[in-house]
Amino acid sequence: MSFRRILLFGCLLALTAFAAALVYAWHSPLAPIDPPSAASFSDDEVRRGAALALIGDCRTCHTAPDARTFAGGLAMPTPFGTIYSTNITPDPETGIGRWSLAAFTRAMREGVDREGRHLYPAFPYDHFSLTTDGDVKALYAFLMTRDAVVAHAPANDLPFPINIRLVLAGWKLLFFHPAPFVTEPSRDAQWNRGRYLVEGLAHCGACHTPRNLMGAEIGSRAFAGGEAEGWTAFPLGSHSPARIPWTEAALGHYLRAGWGADHGAALGPMRPVVENLAEAPADDVVAMAHYLASLGHPVEKPLALAPTPAEAAGLRPQSAGWQAASAAPAAGLPPGQTIFDAACRSCHAAGRPLPLGGVDLAVSSSLSAPSPQNLLNILLQGVPASDGEAGPIMPNFGGALDDAALSALVGYLRQDLAGHPPWPGLADAIAAARRAGASSSHARAVR
Amino acid sequence: MTTLILNGEERQVTSEPDTPLLYVLRDELELNGAKFGCGLGQCGACTVLVDGEPVFSCVTPVLLMNGRDIRTVEGLGTVAAPGPLQAAFIEEQAAQCGYCIAGMLLRAQALLVRVPDPQDDDILAALEPQLCRCGTHMRIIRAVKRAARTLSRAAEAVR
Repeated sequence: MSFRRILLFGCLLALTAFAAALVYAWHSPLAPIDPPSAASFSDDEVRRGAALALIGDCRTCHTAPDARTFAGGLAMPTPFGTIYSTNITPDPETGIGRWSLAAFTRAMREGVDREGRHLYPAFPYDHFSLTTDGDVKALYAFLMTRDAVVAHAPANDLPFPINIRLVLAGWKLLFFHPAPFVTEPSRDAQWNRGRYLVEGLAHCGACHTPRNLMGAEIGSRAFAGGEAEGWTAFPLGSHSPARIPWTEAALGHYLRAGWGADHGAALGPMRPVVENLAEAPADDVVAMAHYLASLGHPVEKPLALAPTPAEAAGLRPQSAGWQAASAAPAAGLPPGQTIFDAACRSCHAAGRPLPLGGVDLAVSSSLSAPSPQNLLNILLQGVPASDGEAGPIMPNFGGALDDAALSALVGYLRQDLAGHPPWPGLADAIAAARRAGASSSHARAVR
Repeated sequence: MTTLILNGEERQVTSEPDTPLLYVLRDELELNGAKFGCGLGQCGACTVLVDGEPVFSCVTPVLLMNGRDIRTVEGLGTVAAPGPLQAAFIEEQAAQCGYCIAGMLLRAQALLVRVPDPQDDDILAALEPQLCRCGTHMRIIRAVKRAARTLSRAAEAVR
């Protein structure tokens, strides 16, 4: 064979591969429909869809701050750039009003929109693909009966080549292998329901499972902990760093109330999740807790906490108000403890348990976490009040604590109060948390 | 003994180190601009600037303030010579009872240093931690913008 022929053959092969890739990547548009009337859906189906939408956190991502629910436009920072959520109200031009049930199902199952474009996996179709036909139909009924809102999502801010949606076909080939939910016959109905929701609509792994360099969840390390929007999503199950192991009852309470006395309060991106679950059907949340508890917990570590004497100054229950007066700090204490005694103790060690008192920092998940990220976020930005929701609050101390004071306080909390080895790289983590705090001028709960 | 740089002047204070900065300012240094509101760092009436950052002085022990640069409303100007923000608040009549205004002024001051030409959204976001029960919010927003204009004109005049 001459050189020319080899070259020609090579070119033909490459062209065939490229064509095959295109054929694989190509999805045809589905025919637009006239927006269905609200009367064409049954009330019962719409109600069921509303409950499922809460578990799926649809409104959390598909609503921009101070804007109409489900109208999209929320900026979602990813390691690759910023993606804006889309309008999922039934507006025919800017929303999903012209989407048939088939188009909606394809988006949920395959991550392809009505026009045939691949969707970015910021839309967690890698979880939503588990959703049954009946549940997809109920969600469709719920969304198609919302108020239509005219709202264009801003264009995504992504670099080349990932701004080309066809590239996502390659991502899907590598990382997206949808399969329908299979009931585990050896387990009861509650466990299967919990698993279906946790692995599917609730998409817990989207934050709590680490991702690889291509942004795909690492299946072999499910629930080993991840990161979302500058917050650590704590490891769950057998990876959990919790000082007091999570029980089914503790999980169920936390997921609905947003706090647990033995672990702390849901903050950062977890806050809207618990606000959604508070409104979701209780049975479903109990099933999720049941399944999550079945993931187990690590071998119990001995918990050696110094008991606080009930008669200690400042701990008397008759101290009026929410705060209790603290004893004057003793001379010669380490600086971190002096700061804790003067600034933190009145709420966090005043003998009042959650939700009226502060989190018990000796058992708080933020202190036993693999990184100081969440503790620093809370200290620097505080916990602002949620709009229209009962929730935890804490003033921020970012301006009051300089880096030396912050580092001393964090060291005292982590090592002396909670009894863990020091966090490596604390100085870098402080600098990063200060930078992140400065860019989000005032963190508020977004729902 | 704690050393503060208070409105540009070095001051020694003898209050116990765990005393809230607010009490030190009001009781020991007799600067009554910063107010006690909730005592929980939730209403903003006690806001002062520490190294340029807004801080709730009611929950800040003075032991954290050694050598730090503290600015209170008294440091923004005087009755005879109000600073640009104070003048703007007077011109817009942005105070009703006035209890929240010292905190509003200082958080607005921090905003104007960071964002010289703030839009409504910037002002709303920056002043969110400050509560006002009288309801002069619209006037406060106008006053902050007026101060921004005064300051930018002054900056241009210098240039």
